[in-house]
Amino acid sequence: MDLQKFFAMGGYAGFVWSAYGLTALVLVWNTWAAYRSETEARTSAQRRTELSRETRT
Amino acid sequence: MWTWFHKLGSPPHAYRILGKMAPWFGWPALVLILVATWWGLWKAPTDYQQGDAYRILYIHAPSAWMSMFAYVMMAVAAAIGLIWRIKIAHAASAAGAPIGASFTFLALATGSIWGKPMWGTWWVWDARLTSELLLLFLYLGYMALRASFDDPQRADRASAVLAIVGVINVPIIHYSVQWWTTLHQPASVTKMDRPSIALVMLIPLFLMMAGFQLYYGWAMCRRLRGEILRRERNAGWLKEAN
Repeated sequence: MDLQKFFAMGGYAGFVWSAYGLTALVLVWNTWAAYRSETEARTSAQRRTELSRETRT
Repeated sequence: MWTWFHKLGSPPHAYRILGKMAPWFGWPALVLILVATWWGLWKAPTDYQQGDAYRILYIHAPSAWMSMFAYVMMAVAAAIGLIWRIKIAHAASAAGAPIGASFTFLALATGSIWGKPMWGTWWVWDARLTSELLLLFLYLGYMALRASFDDPQRADRASAVLAIVGVINVPIIHYSVQWWTTLHQPASVTKMDRPSIALVMLIPLFLMMAGFQLYYGWAMCRRLRGEILRRERNAGWLKEAN
């Protein structure tokens, strides 16, 4: 199979590639969002524990 | 075995275990998804009826499956949290919602993109499509309901009820293609007899499903860790965890 034919997807290129592109986009967003949600929680937890340490001393 | 199970319910333990487990889900998920994409787009032969447009199947069906799987997991976790009052179960339920919602969106969007060349329309209000759209609204409603409470425990209880009631929709989605006449094609893999699809076309579908499943596991590990941290506001173990 040659590359040109591969990218043409039998005339359905626009549909197939946009569907796969969208999937990649959503998965990347999901990965980023999961990381961000964890790191955000960690930094705010850090801030809290530091605050409680300061008030105690 | 029970002590192990009990330990899992304790936030510091779960936090640590989830952190260790995440890469065991993440890397295999990435490999499987990449292999399945290559196989589905390049190696698998063209369908004699649908041409190359059928290749959308390899992302559409796994997304749709994950949208239902994630919902059932969310509802089961909510029920466990409600019945046995386990905080971490509520946390797991909350952590799964955005992941499930994103797969539901993908199932709808890729289905729509597939529907245009095959059915001649982006959207029809038939049973399968409408019930899947309802699933998306259930996820969004669940998240909105959680966000509307300041008290996390009340948010847990209220959203758990919504999650459990909404689970009725899942079998409706699955059987909608049998119960009602619809444009959507009937199941070709999850049938009692042999699946009506060639093996070389079937393998990338299974690879992608496994990849998505593992990806869900990875995302759950990460989000649940965040959820645990948010809930353990003043616990002493947080200092060591950081």
